[in-house]
Amino acid sequence: MTRDVTLEQMQHWLLHYADQIEQEQATLTRLDAAIGDADHGVNMQHGAEKMRAKINDLTDCHDIDVFLRTIAMTLISSIGGAAGPLYGVFFLRASKEAGPGDVISLDRLAQMFQVGLESIQQRGHARLGDKTMVDALAPAVEALRLATDAGQSTTEALAVASEAAEAGMLATIDMEAKKGRASYLGPRSIGHQDPGATSAYLLVASAAATLGN
Amino acid sequence: MIAPANHRPADYSPKTALQKKLINRPRDVVTESLEGLALAYPNLLNIAYAPPVVWRKDAPVKGKVALISGSGSGHEPLNTGYVGRGMLDAACPGGLFTSPTPDQYVAAMHAVEGGAGALFITKNYTGGLLNMGMAKEMAEDEGFRVQTVLVNDDVAQNDPENRRAMGATVLVEKIAGAAAEESRPLDHVAAIAQQVADQARSMGLALTGCTSPRIGYPTFELPADEFELGVGIHGERGRQRRMLASADAMTEMMLEPIIQDLGLTEGDNVLALVSGLGATPLQELFIVFRHLHHSLAQRGIPVIRQLVGNYITSLDMAGCTITLLKLTPELTRLWDAPVHTAALHW
Repeated sequence: MTRDVTLEQMQHWLLHYADQIEQEQATLTRLDAAIGDADHGVNMQHGAEKMRAKINDLTDCHDIDVFLRTIAMTLISSIGGAAGPLYGVFFLRASKEAGPGDVISLDRLAQMFQVGLESIQQRGHARLGDKTMVDALAPAVEALRLATDAGQSTTEALAVASEAAEAGMLATIDMEAKKGRASYLGPRSIGHQDPGATSAYLLVASAAATLGN
Repeated sequence: MIAPANHRPADYSPKTALQKKLINRPRDVVTESLEGLALAYPNLLNIAYAPPVVWRKDAPVKGKVALISGSGSGHEPLNTGYVGRGMLDAACPGGLFTSPTPDQYVAAMHAVEGGAGALFITKNYTGGLLNMGMAKEMAEDEGFRVQTVLVNDDVAQNDPENRRAMGATVLVEKIAGAAAEESRPLDHVAAIAQQVADQARSMGLALTGCTSPRIGYPTFELPADEFELGVGIHGERGRQRRMLASADAMTEMMLEPIIQDLGLTEGDNVLALVSGLGATPLQELFIVFRHLHHSLAQRGIPVIRQLVGNYITSLDMAGCTITLLKLTPELTRLWDAPVHTAALHW
């Protein structure tokens, strides 16, 4: 059982994520229309289009850190809103953690998710329970770490991380938003699933679908 | 299935999904509108599209602090309509209701920076702050001097940290723009901008939601006899839904919290801005202004400067926002200074 993750798998991961975003664009937008400003689906789709084009252009890239850094800059300059910088810093920080080379260990991948989450929280100042993307990512990061330390395979570890992200996403329905545009509604934000947590869940679900072996 | 059935947003019927707008393709709205703006103001504006930046034709003005403001599109004339002598040097228009990206600010810096540094005017929204923060870091890495001012004038939000930017944005841009035109240093221009932001408060109400062309259906729908109090400028619902009342009564609901929050007392002079949200006739805005003027006069708080019209909008939302700025003689003088932009000129 190998627990390594390759650059090629990472490329598949983010192409898969771009497909997921495009498939679910209308749902993301409708979730955002309910409690935000109805732009999350459109903006993420724009980022997904640019990301796919960039990945297809990057044929001579051999290092995971260069690849993830390029993804980060592409997302920062194409998504806009809060999601652009937040997904951008996630990949920027993850790229530094990954370092050069075309393969990393599962342990390193778990660490990348951890520091990526931390950078999102540093920039966005959101905590668990604020009804944001953190509510999907934080449980996933924790589950990934526990499964990795327990010696599970990449496939198994990412599967539990994806389940944790999904549960975290669904838990945002009952939360009152404390950050982002939904927070302007105060208690009226309760009863709606957070669009940022939803796109963050898709990121983890795509990882589970592509990075295993 | 990424959302459970009972929490999946309702599907909209084809009838409401057919939007009635003067557009071509929804995805081209922002770009085509900028192209039209460029054609309408050929002597005033330069416009680039990749990334989108609108800047004054005579920039860079040597020795003058550059004022750069970023904002999502859909609030026109904010901010592109405020580019010109006496106000902004550049505007960075984002997507519809979406804050612009950092590379737009950096491109604007290169177009308009005249050697005296730049002031970034930012509205208090998570995305706006994040992108502007990155832009500042990138511009400083290139050796530019940058200061920022945060506008957060919406009293509908109880937590000051969470207050949205509304009409005060226009006042900050006008008054700081006049200060920059006097060749004052960056510190001074930033301090005046901050003073305006600190002394201005706003409140808004909506009679309808708005329809973003990329989405095609309204952000919310209201029964005929209700309105939303405490709305922002992005089509979101307000803090409360209330029963419709007279214009005077509804104006009072916006005015009272502003007066209290600003701590206005008898003898204070104010500037009042009544801005439509996009689909309300001027006729109604003047009715709102009429009551606002009377009500403040009765409290001994004269309105000595005013602006009534569509100055900060939310696409085709019906309703309005009210902004009051507590004036000082210097702020009044800077407000009166000449301005030559697409949307404000005197």
